[in-house]
Amino acid sequence: MVEFALPKNSKISGGKTWPKPATATETREFKVYRWNPDDGKNPSVDTYFIDSNDCGPMVLDGLIWIKNHIDPTLTFRRSCREGVCGSCAMNIDGQNTLACTKSMHDVKDGAVKINPLPHQPVVKDLVPDLTNFYAQYASIEPWLKTTTPTPQKEWKQSHEDREKLDGLYECILCACCSTSCPSYWWNSDRFLGPAALLQATRWVKDSRDEATGERLDNLEDPFRLYRCHTIMNCAKACPKSLNPSEAIAELKMKMVERQV
Amino acid sequence: MALSIVHRATGIALYFGTLLLAWWLISAASGPTAYANVQAFTSSFLGRLIVFGYTWALLHHLFSGLRHLVWDLGYGFKASEREALTWGALIAGIAATVLLWVVAYAIGGGR
Repeated sequence: MVEFALPKNSKISGGKTWPKPATATETREFKVYRWNPDDGKNPSVDTYFIDSNDCGPMVLDGLIWIKNHIDPTLTFRRSCREGVCGSCAMNIDGQNTLACTKSMHDVKDGAVKINPLPHQPVVKDLVPDLTNFYAQYASIEPWLKTTTPTPQKEWKQSHEDREKLDGLYECILCACCSTSCPSYWWNSDRFLGPAALLQATRWVKDSRDEATGERLDNLEDPFRLYRCHTIMNCAKACPKSLNPSEAIAELKMKMVERQV
Repeated sequence: MALSIVHRATGIALYFGTLLLAWWLISAASGPTAYANVQAFTSSFLGRLIVFGYTWALLHHLFSGLRHLVWDLGYGFKASEREALTWGALIAGIAATVLLWVVAYAIGGGR
C-alpha cells in the first residue's frame, strides 16, 4: 500500500552533535542516522566532524574514521571496500549507493547525510534487514536448471551467448535498486523488485538453462513482475551502472513473444 | 521519478476532463439552452483555465505514453536516452498545448 509518512516509531527526532576533533585543521561534517533497538527511543541524526587530513576520500573511510576515533557504537556493514561485495549500500546525500565507491568530495557543500536503505526494517543504525530481499532472490531459483543429461565436461556456451549475460551477471545484490523503487517500497510483499528481476533475466537469457518456460510462468503475475511501471529509479541508483529497467523490459517482451 | 508521478497525475486528471467533455457533448445534444450554459462556463476565466489544464494533461499524457511505448519495445534505456525522452515528453506536451491554443484563438475559437 502507498505510504507517504513514516510510522510513528520511525519518526526522526533530535540527535547528538559530537565535538570536533581537537587537533584537526580541516574537518568534514557527517550527519548519520542512528537507531538503537535496545533503548526504546525513536531514531535520531547524529552530527560528527571527521579530520579530513587523517581520513581516506570515500564516505566509507569517513564512517570507519568516526567508528575508530569518535563513536565505537556506530553500526554499519562493510567488507571489501572496493564495490564488489555490496555490503555498505546505504542512502548517501539522498541517493542509494555504496559508501566505499562514493567519494565524500562528490557530495556537494555541507554535511554528508547518511541514512540506511529506504523503506526496509532497520536492525541498528545503518544496517537494514534484507531478509525479504534475499528470500525474493531465492524465489527466482538462481541456479542452472537442466533436464538433458549432464555432459562429460562442462556445459558449453558460445562467445555470443555468453555476451548476452553482460550487464546482468555483474549484479552484486547490494539492494540499492530495489530500495529506491516506489513500487518496491509499497508492494515488496508481492513485487519481486528490480534486483531479483534482473537476476531472473540473467537465468532466462542463459543459453545453457533449460527451464525458461517454467521461469517465465513463475513471473506471470500482476505483482511479481508487472508492478514495475518503468519509473527508472533503479537504473539511476545502481552503483555498478547496470540497468534493471531494461532487464525487466526484456522479461516483459519475452512474456509476449511466447504467446504469439 | 518526478515525471512518472506527473504521468499518473495527468492520467487521473483525464478522468475529470473526460467528464467535462461528456457534459459538453450531452449539452450539445440536449438543445441550445443547455449548450449555452456550458459555453458560459467554459468561456469564464476559471472555465478557460480548466480546459487549458485538460488540454495539457491530455497532450502530456499522450507524449509521456509514447515514451513508455518506446521503453516497452525495449529501446531508450541508456541514461542519456531516457533523460532525452523524459524531457522531450515534458517539452512536447507544453509546446503542443500552447500551439493548439494559439491556433484555436487564431482561427477565432476564443469568441
